[in-house]
Amino acid sequence: MIGILKGMYVTLSTMLRKPVTIQYPSTHREVAERDRAFPILLWDSEVVEPFCTGCHACERACPVECMTVTMKDNPLHAEGKSKRRKIVDQFWIDYGRCMRCNICVEVCNFEAIAMNNTWAGHELSKYNRDSLVLDLDQLLAQHKQGKIKAWVAE
Amino acid sequence: MVQEQELETLDINVNMGPQHPSTHGVFRMVLTIDGERVMDVEPHVGYMHRGAEKLSESMDYRQALGYQDRTEYLAQFLAEHAYCLAVEKLLGLEVPERAEYIRVILCELNRITSHFMFLGAFGVDVGIFGTVFTYAFREREYIQDIFEEVTGERLMYGYFRPGGVVWDLPDNFVQRVQEVLPHTRQGVKDIDLLLTDNEILAARSRGVGAMNAEDAIDWGLTGPLLRACGVPWDLRKDRPYSIYDRFEFDIPVGQYGDVYDRYLVRLEEIRQSIRIVEQALEQLPEGPILPEKLPRRLRAPEAEVYAAVEAARGEYGIYIVSKGGDKPYRLKIRSPSFSNLSALPQMTIGSYVADVVAILGSIDIVLCDVDR
Repeated sequence: MIGILKGMYVTLSTMLRKPVTIQYPSTHREVAERDRAFPILLWDSEVVEPFCTGCHACERACPVECMTVTMKDNPLHAEGKSKRRKIVDQFWIDYGRCMRCNICVEVCNFEAIAMNNTWAGHELSKYNRDSLVLDLDQLLAQHKQGKIKAWVAE
Repeated sequence: MVQEQELETLDINVNMGPQHPSTHGVFRMVLTIDGERVMDVEPHVGYMHRGAEKLSESMDYRQALGYQDRTEYLAQFLAEHAYCLAVEKLLGLEVPERAEYIRVILCELNRITSHFMFLGAFGVDVGIFGTVFTYAFREREYIQDIFEEVTGERLMYGYFRPGGVVWDLPDNFVQRVQEVLPHTRQGVKDIDLLLTDNEILAARSRGVGAMNAEDAIDWGLTGPLLRACGVPWDLRKDRPYSIYDRFEFDIPVGQYGDVYDRYLVRLEEIRQSIRIVEQALEQLPEGPILPEKLPRRLRAPEAEVYAAVEAARGEYGIYIVSKGGDKPYRLKIRSPSFSNLSALPQMTIGSYVADVVAILGSIDIVLCDVDR
């Protein structure tokens, strides 16, 4: 009997508490500044080229081998517009394999890769797995359009 | 009238799981029952086997960290802590003071979330469906938000590193934790009021699955299960690792070692964890979070090390055999869930079928931890 009364006391005292739930697809909660979705590449808008030089550091460090990178001579360097002698040619990341460990960001020498910290990095439902393999343009698109929040992993 | 003895009775084999809702994952038991009594239990594990130990052999010491979260997915910081302690022991790394405090704070908060998860699921197991679950999850979510702010992830944090932690805390961390702790305390109080004197819970758990201290030690039980049997064994006190010797806290012990005592021990452990977090927040020093001379590639000497932490479910240990180089030759995970689960036949034989669910719930297994 005492147990039931105590239980009723808790139930009644919390009855008018505000709900903490959010109706997800219609409202989105704010993601944290450090939020770690999937890795994206950053765009150097001053030189108008990616920061990435295609040095393979992230590819080698990736525990799940979800990245493929190739490198080429930088045409802008030949013209004298860029300091980067080599630049990324092709870059694929398989989001279906990525385990979001942040290691690629840590090993990058050029601060060219970052973990996406917006909602766009989370809502990635696709109808087949192949569309989760993103190429260079898709990886750069978000930062090119300035749609990434300030905190980029140190 | 026919005498009962003259009738022949047959034991029936009943398959419980692997998709049974109360097995907390993918776990199968073959019960041999005589009417409602359990005569024999045969646990089948391995449905969640991903080969985390074998995978670690092909990864260097930094890469393998991500897999520790994925074994113990309800107390991830504690698993990471054990792994980092082992690697630090192997490499002889010195952890900065601030990093130690950050680790302790996060580990204890993680113990709280893990125990809230237990309390919620346990309520469902013993038949108080839903109510406690929502109460526990509400409070758990406040702490989960802090983890998200600190690490950027909700589940697989990957925040600790051999030698320290990867980033410093956000600026308002101390204030945020102090905001959340009253919620946690209120949550424990609510659950205490809802469950502790509850007649249904008492009827379902008092005297069920009892074990005495000797049996518990023989079966290799650790954590809340062992303490519920009255053995005050806690690695944080008895083999102090990290900086746990600087904090004041009590080790709750039970009396009878039954399901009810296991619940009480966990409830009290949340309160003790809050105490540790409060003390650690007060003492939190400034300073670096990683050692100054941390090589980019961690190369280990030829050695064998074992490091263990008191995780939410018991002793979580990592045993590394190194033959030099940057990869372990062998990495063994001593997971508390597996050792605790092995005592299941001892606890269940002779009880009712309905009690099996309550007993399994009270062991609080994480199946990924059992199967690795």
